[in-house]
Amino acid sequence: MIVRTTPFHDRLSELNTSGLYTHWQGYLSALRYGSAPKHEYFAVRNSVGVFDTSPLYKYWIRGRDAERFLAGVLLRDIRACPPGRALYTMWCDDRGFVMEDGVVFRHSDTEFLMTAARPNLGYLQDLVGRLSVELEDVTEAYGVLAVQGPRSRDVLARLSGEVEALRFFELAQTKIASAPVIVSRTGYTGDLGYELTVPADQAIDVLDAVLEAGEGHGMRPFGEEALMMLRIEAGLALVDVEFHNSRLVFTDDDRFTPKELGMGWMLRGLDDDRAFVGRDAIRRELAEGTSRWTSVGLIVDWQDWNRLYRDAGLLPPKDERPLPYESMLYDDDGSQIGHATSFMYSPVLQRHIGLARVRPHLAKAGTQVHLELTVNHHTTRVLARTARTPLFNPERKTA
Amino acid sequence: MSADTEATYDAIVVGGGHNGLVNGAYLAKAGLRTLILERRHLVGGAAITEELHPGFHFTTFSYALSLLRPEIVHELDLVKHGFLPLMMPSSFHPTGDGDYILLGGDHDLNVAEIKRHSPHDADAYDRYHHDLDRVCQALQPLFDNPPPNIFGKDPEDLADVEWLLSHLGGIEQKVVHDTVRLLTGSASDWLDDYFENDAVKGFHASSSIVGSKVGPMSQGSGLVMLFHKMGEHDGHLGSWAFHKGGNGGFTQVLARAAEAYGAEIRLEAPVTAVTTREGRVTGVALEDGTEFSAPVVVSALDPRRTFLELLEPRELPGDLVENVERLRFQGTSGKVNFALDGLPVFPALPDTTDHYGGFVNIGPTIEYVERAFDDAKYGRYSQRPYVDAAIQSVVDPDMAPPGQHVMSCFVQYAPYHLRDSDWDTEREPFADTVQAVLESHFPGFGELVLHREVVTPLDIERVTGLSEGNIFAGEFLAPQMYFFRPAPGWSQYRTPVSGYYQCGSGTHPGGCVIGSPGKLASQAILHDLSQ
Repeated sequence: MIVRTTPFHDRLSELNTSGLYTHWQGYLSALRYGSAPKHEYFAVRNSVGVFDTSPLYKYWIRGRDAERFLAGVLLRDIRACPPGRALYTMWCDDRGFVMEDGVVFRHSDTEFLMTAARPNLGYLQDLVGRLSVELEDVTEAYGVLAVQGPRSRDVLARLSGEVEALRFFELAQTKIASAPVIVSRTGYTGDLGYELTVPADQAIDVLDAVLEAGEGHGMRPFGEEALMMLRIEAGLALVDVEFHNSRLVFTDDDRFTPKELGMGWMLRGLDDDRAFVGRDAIRRELAEGTSRWTSVGLIVDWQDWNRLYRDAGLLPPKDERPLPYESMLYDDDGSQIGHATSFMYSPVLQRHIGLARVRPHLAKAGTQVHLELTVNHHTTRVLARTARTPLFNPERKTA
Repeated sequence: MSADTEATYDAIVVGGGHNGLVNGAYLAKAGLRTLILERRHLVGGAAITEELHPGFHFTTFSYALSLLRPEIVHELDLVKHGFLPLMMPSSFHPTGDGDYILLGGDHDLNVAEIKRHSPHDADAYDRYHHDLDRVCQALQPLFDNPPPNIFGKDPEDLADVEWLLSHLGGIEQKVVHDTVRLLTGSASDWLDDYFENDAVKGFHASSSIVGSKVGPMSQGSGLVMLFHKMGEHDGHLGSWAFHKGGNGGFTQVLARAAEAYGAEIRLEAPVTAVTTREGRVTGVALEDGTEFSAPVVVSALDPRRTFLELLEPRELPGDLVENVERLRFQGTSGKVNFALDGLPVFPALPDTTDHYGGFVNIGPTIEYVERAFDDAKYGRYSQRPYVDAAIQSVVDPDMAPPGQHVMSCFVQYAPYHLRDSDWDTEREPFADTVQAVLESHFPGFGELVLHREVVTPLDIERVTGLSEGNIFAGEFLAPQMYFFRPAPGWSQYRTPVSGYYQCGSGTHPGGCVIGSPGKLASQAILHDLSQ
């Protein structure tokens, strides 16, 4: 098996002085480009960074019944998404458990481009039935370049007249370096940012134009390590971290409903006539109040954190690299009431933060909980408080 | 009350430098009606950012952040007001022979880089940092608390002394010994215990002389090195950051926080005197005759100004006056800040600019720096100066127009007292020596210069009010530290005048942009008010 490269690889690999890669869905994907992922993270939070998000699966969904089809598959109502807009949504199994998430870009009344982190073509095809819908996997036909950070608009506006006017989650067709480009105001960093979807064979030309426009603006490519930090601050759930495809796990303990994942806002219009996969189960969940979890942000009490480590004879660590495992959460009485799915030190917030699930009665922001951690090979607990996500949410993101 | 008395406050802070702002913010947060008076048209003192050339934002004086205590960031909710320390991703040290040491954010790569220069020094690098970290860890509680009054006899003083002795008694023997070696010895001797390579030693010696009239071979340079290691960025001891918008960006954050807590800041309000009656403070008088009254007045100025200028020496005990008069300042640093048309080129790294993300350390070896010091011993500025350069616009592009840069160059040695000349005469020749040194490492540097701002020690004194241009508001010398900062018996932020306090960098644990003097002084004030 050979790990493949993305359409941007030839140029981005020249910029990767670390030589460190992982692979993402079979494509070589930079962990970082220089010696410090935190430096790349700051490019996104303070100037502008570019991320190669080409390994995303991409499907064209076209046809007279494409809207009807997606309205019946996706959690959010695609009918409310006019051409020129994109929609972040999840899709569920018929028990109302989340399978996966993705973004649908509506190009016209009958044309949709859908991106997802995992393959979903077979699942979608199986649901087409008698509808007039064409599904096409175009994963390899396009490269996707995320251009993210406070300067992203200024940089891209130098290349395309369409950028300036784009509002959050809007998209437009444009040309950059003679290539047809879909520019959308989307991303996975929680900051002002855009994604450029470009034909694979013209990807390098577009990338070169972006890099040139970014000169003098502190632009740098960022890798997966920086992306993880950014998305936790942004409160963005990640498949196989915050949740798993409900059809690929063994027990309901590893299945979550949209409401349990903090996606209750996606459930608007549940009482109208739109039937979609999982609707009835979700209606029952809401009516009977059977949700087991609420998703929250966590902010650790800095004094307690310092005390724990100092008392143990250690320097309190402030590690921006996310923990690779879950940590348990307890209430004041010592009962286990949840777990943190992601945890890191946030350089912009200057706090240890996390994404977590807690029992619904503890959902109120500011509720005191106790996070389990290990200090000097002993488990102990540090005070934390629940908080609303996104934990970092600059005005510029949607302004 | 005189006719010009404008208003009455609970507390007045004299000086809007960073410690004055921190102090005022804490007092306002505690509910005191607080007025902060700043002489200039902007707050920040020596931590300011100014647009001195169109589009180019200069950190005229202080230029990076490390010593600032993280507790202050949390307690004053500074993130909400824009606190944003940006990572400096590299440390670059030209070795003088065309080669360089380039360290970054990856520990193992750093060890490999040291090994490139000396296999012996590769593991010493870890031991060196570990041993220093242990010393910093041991001293941290002393930084975060007021020095005990070892001369006091009341129960509180005795308890403080007991706390200190018990803390010191709990420190491992090796760490105590290392601490004393650092506090009393030279950086050069300390580094000799770890490293063999001259460039590696030169790289690590740079922080041992900053702001101080010592060479790396002088006894006492160990203390300066240790002090600089006491800071942190995101938990990494000794690491530095560029605040968004420079250190002036940081003091603007402090000002916003102070105002959010209700403090009032008045600019262009130079205080000429602290007014007293019968040994009690009554307020302050401004240059224009305006008077403000308050039962608490806090001076954020240096000790010489706090005691000898704002008060009459007759109001003070004779031994305090003598001790303050003999405080050593002797500033020895200057700055040359450049607006550049592009990044300089280092011949051995022609195709990358990643080495410009942090400090660029021009002081190849200990001997180079020591020879630079030799000039200062005899009242001359260095002909081949040590330069700590920082091109902040590389990590914060808002500091300069796209593609162009600001370069802050901290320079030693520049003794305040010149033997055969004066600073107004030597301003440009001094800057020429700096530019010549930069030219020797970065050929073609001069052609990039669009504008240069020269800051002599006399300028530091004139603009910021720091006596003799000493950037620490009193030298880092053992007899001027801890219980003795600024003077024996007066290290707990109080003064002999009831209600008059001190919170500047001349008090423990200043200087640098640390904030603790401002915070600890506020605690002393609030404690006294609660009595």
